[in-house]
Amino acid sequence: MKKAISVLVSAAMAVSMLAGTAATVSADEAAGKVYYLNFKPEADEAWQKLAAAYTEETGVPVSVVTAASGEYETTLMSEMGKSDAPTLFQVNGPVGLANWKDYCYDLTGSDIVGNLTSDAFALKDGDMIAGVAYVIESYGIIVNKALLEKAGYKLEDITGFDALKSIADDIQARKDELGVEGAFSCAGMDASSDWRFKTHLANLPIYYEYKADGIDNTDAIKGDFLDNYKAVFDLYITDSTCEGAELSAKTADDSRAEFADSKAVFYQNGSWEYSSLSETFSDDDLAMIPIYFGVDDENQGLCTGTENYWCVNNGASEEDIKATLDFINWCVTSETGTTAMANDMGFVIPFTTAQESPNLFVKQDAEYTAAGKTPVSWNFTTMPSEEWKNGVGSALTAYAAGTGEWDEVVSAFVDGWASEAALAG
Amino acid sequence: MVGKTIKKYWPIFLLPTAAAFCIGFLWPFVWGIYLSFCQFTTVSKVTFVGFSNYAKIMLDNTFSHAFWLTVLFAILSSVIINVMAFLIALALTKKIKGTNVFRTIFFMPNLIGGIVLGYIWQTLLNGILMSLGQPLLALSATNGFWGMIILLSWQQIGYMMIIYIAGLNNVPGDLIEAAQVDGANSWQTLFRIKIPMIMPSVTICTFLTLTNGFKMFDQNLSLTGGDPQKASQLLALNIYDTFYARSGPQWKGIGQAKAVVFFLIVVVIALAQLRLTTSKEVQQ
Repeated sequence: MKKAISVLVSAAMAVSMLAGTAATVSADEAAGKVYYLNFKPEADEAWQKLAAAYTEETGVPVSVVTAASGEYETTLMSEMGKSDAPTLFQVNGPVGLANWKDYCYDLTGSDIVGNLTSDAFALKDGDMIAGVAYVIESYGIIVNKALLEKAGYKLEDITGFDALKSIADDIQARKDELGVEGAFSCAGMDASSDWRFKTHLANLPIYYEYKADGIDNTDAIKGDFLDNYKAVFDLYITDSTCEGAELSAKTADDSRAEFADSKAVFYQNGSWEYSSLSETFSDDDLAMIPIYFGVDDENQGLCTGTENYWCVNNGASEEDIKATLDFINWCVTSETGTTAMANDMGFVIPFTTAQESPNLFVKQDAEYTAAGKTPVSWNFTTMPSEEWKNGVGSALTAYAAGTGEWDEVVSAFVDGWASEAALAG
Repeated sequence: MVGKTIKKYWPIFLLPTAAAFCIGFLWPFVWGIYLSFCQFTTVSKVTFVGFSNYAKIMLDNTFSHAFWLTVLFAILSSVIINVMAFLIALALTKKIKGTNVFRTIFFMPNLIGGIVLGYIWQTLLNGILMSLGQPLLALSATNGFWGMIILLSWQQIGYMMIIYIAGLNNVPGDLIEAAQVDGANSWQTLFRIKIPMIMPSVTICTFLTLTNGFKMFDQNLSLTGGDPQKASQLLALNIYDTFYARSGPQWKGIGQAKAVVFFLIVVVIALAQLRLTTSKEVQQ
């Protein structure tokens, strides 16, 4: 028994020694540190470089960890439960904030908020500023201009939904002659990729309904513009590179690959695609046009907004919070930071100190706005839950494959919204 | 001599495992039960809410469907896996050439993780379904269900086969010889001698397959993801979905409550099954 006790005692000693070393390490870091849980896998490399540059300049350690695509919430949940939790994390808007508002440091009066170009980019919860948007993005239909011209059309010919449809139908009919597999690259509905339709495309009917009703949020969507939604989705799946029945197994990567291989002329996606597409295409061959919806085509611009808000963890130590605030402010004001965000990440940032981004799609958004078109705002941040999106996505997939009816999409959209909004309340 | 040494040094042998068991199982388990009574977003900030999570288990109407589908799945997969594994084990205990090669090959699927298998089989099965003109896995609950049965069978038959082979090898040769001398034919030897003698293996195998069927998660997640509209969603995935796919902190606790109920169901079924099959075991 004595032996047993001595073993226990020595084990306890070893544990306390370990704890002792840990304590010394943290004492060294009195200046604070930054731990950023990044949402955008495509920008991971650029963030790692920027973090290293900041550490070199200031000596403050910055670690950037990127969650796998579609796994941000799960990663964030487990990371936030740790003692070494992220000091800087992201939420996607008001609905995402509902989960995390108890963890957000009030940014009111901080330098970064002072540098915002507009108050609209601050995410508020009551009186408190819980997050700041750090990137503005646009999405629409990306066009391969070279192929479009080969088919005998110019970008200017696409003036609205009807024009787009007739051009796409024509390209689809002559696809063998033109050497393409379809007008639109496949609308991949694999669960990893259906956000292009259940979230981004679904934004348009919500946008027009909110606009018609003069609201910016609702517990019960009416689905007034779902016929337009159907028309656009029908166009995507009929003038497509593949059969509707195969879409459930296709991913956004498949879709991008088809577009990059010039097998399709149109591809719905956003400005974040620029860095990978510009490896294949020159700026002259690419363009982004609005997702014409047949409602107000003359005045409709690209869909522009943000679902990327920075939040600072209020559970972090005071030094870490200060280090984090300094870091994000440096990112959006310093020469190194703004250059990296504009060039390496291709971001347009909503701060007065921003540099111009070489991202073609972002420039086009500015051109559309300058020409008097109204950008479509991002209302998908008000969708009631992930669950709702999954329901719509699943119904769309079944509809595309012919195993489901459009009525099921409508019901997932309208009834699903009401029931999910009730459950979230 | 050995006994004395063990008496002296038992803590060295026992403590690491006991500590690992406490850290990796007991503590999270107790926490998990506590969390089912709480509202929380991360486990470091929790508010006690009592039984309200349990009252809300049925709130989103997905639990009972997932439950009955899981029951069906567990029973069907257990029957298929055990029958197939036993037949293969019988074949591979006959003294035919290359038995060891076959045993190795049948066992190998077990070495691949469920997520990877799920994606591989998704491609394979979708390819077949496409050429047959059938709706793909994500579009048809029936296809998805059978896909999961095929996948799990393929993965587990080899493992159960090894257990049955070990059992069959332990059937005493003189017993079988005596039976043959008494004029038993091969069917009688199988049903009267071999099967009763390997009841311990049957107990283990049905226990493993039943609980595996109930707990199946990775294969479900990667093969069908619960599509279409949660129709192929088993209980474990339903819990995961409740936990992660919904907005608002209240859902984490509800997911946790579902998990505790799930645990109780699995325990009750596993114990009932153990009692049933152990009672059929015979003494040599």
